[in-house]
Amino acid sequence: MIAIVDYGMGNLRSAQKGLERAGQPAIITHDPAVIGEADAVVLPGVGAFKDCYEGLCEKELDQPVIAAARSGKPFLGICVGLQLLFEFGEEGEGSPGLGIFPGRVVRFSPARETGLKVPHMGWNQVRPSGHGAGPLVEALRECPYTYFVHSYYAQPADPDLVLATCHYGIDFPAMVGRDNVFAVQFHPEKSQQAGIRLLEAFGRLAAGVEV
Amino acid sequence: MLTKRIIPCLDVANGRVVKGVQFLGLRDAGDPVEIARRYDEEQADELVFLDIQASTDNRDTMLDIVQRTAEQVFMPLCVGGGIRTIEDIRRMLNAGADKVSINTPAIQNPAFITEAANRFGSQCIVVAIDAKKVDGSYIVKSHGGRDGGRATALEPVAWAREAEARGAGEILLTCMDADGTRDGYDIDMTRRVADAVGIPVIASGGAGNLEHLRQALDEGHASAALAASIFHFQEHTIREAKEYLAQHRIPVRL
Repeated sequence: MIAIVDYGMGNLRSAQKGLERAGQPAIITHDPAVIGEADAVVLPGVGAFKDCYEGLCEKELDQPVIAAARSGKPFLGICVGLQLLFEFGEEGEGSPGLGIFPGRVVRFSPARETGLKVPHMGWNQVRPSGHGAGPLVEALRECPYTYFVHSYYAQPADPDLVLATCHYGIDFPAMVGRDNVFAVQFHPEKSQQAGIRLLEAFGRLAAGVEV
Repeated sequence: MLTKRIIPCLDVANGRVVKGVQFLGLRDAGDPVEIARRYDEEQADELVFLDIQASTDNRDTMLDIVQRTAEQVFMPLCVGGGIRTIEDIRRMLNAGADKVSINTPAIQNPAFITEAANRFGSQCIVVAIDAKKVDGSYIVKSHGGRDGGRATALEPVAWAREAEARGAGEILLTCMDADGTRDGYDIDMTRRVADAVGIPVIASGGAGNLEHLRQALDEGHASAALAASIFHFQEHTIREAKEYLAQHRIPVRL
């Protein structure tokens, strides 16, 4: 069973049905015990970084999430769920993150400087960075366009964390990961076939299937 | 690179997709959930549901359609029409919408944009602007376009800038003079709004052929083109539209 962490930020049904479509039963939960017992954990997130971080802390889910990431079981952060893995998010007045990965989350330069609209909204191409392939990166190789909607992106302190990049004025991390912990800036649950393939690959990790 | 989005718009009335044909009233175009599935299969980049009645009675019908659609498709959904309160937004997002578009309530109370953006994030707050040419200059109209709407004191470019400053994540710009004509988008107005704001602008109103989509995305500087009738009656598939655009060097997802 995959646990989708519910900390009061938005509708998690799409992530759940995405995993179901990929053949993986998933439960939406705010129960630390369920998160602890799950085979794999998904940390979604929409809205502002600080609201998400505070939502996690208020529901006392920050430590269970950190424990899940350190437990060795497959872990997938989505969108703000990727950003929360880092140490600090500069959105709004700034907020600490979970600090599972070293680095910060920063804003895209404004449109008046770059000519590029912010939020970065729509379908963009994800490219493997070459830092270790892995099944989730491979899942996107044939179907690389995924749906993004965000104004902030992660700047990992360790470039080896970047598994795949996307280009929007600059190259930013579309997928980060190390060992069992993966995270994507795009929305696999909104990315049609490409997203389902990624969730299937994560589901295989969760099921312990060799890939 | 970021691709330009092709967005079919489903105008919904009494639980059915309808299409207004100028001077001819509404034509039934089918079941919203079925049509949404077809667009998902055709790889539309996003879907917009517009509740054109937007009455309280229809609110639950719309929620049900959104919920059933969201169960079956894996693509971004935006819902507009009749969304007046924070609670309306919350219910739509919980039903499975990713974004809501707000028109008249934003005009009547611009602070509503900020309140909604602070609560749910700018990424899900789309401000819809209906622009109409009056005596050679443009004004914003409220209360929907179908019966002509109501004139406001707002000018579209200035209003788009204000909506951005107040926290909107995107602008859905409908040029009413072009809407339903199939003679093409109002490229000049679209470009003026798109160039004035740092958030994406969806061009709407007037698409009658694939070249019109290209004009809106290229000359009009829009991030996305919304269209209804050219897709609903299967004159063109989404794929044909994207192939046409790709041949003309517009970045699209194929």
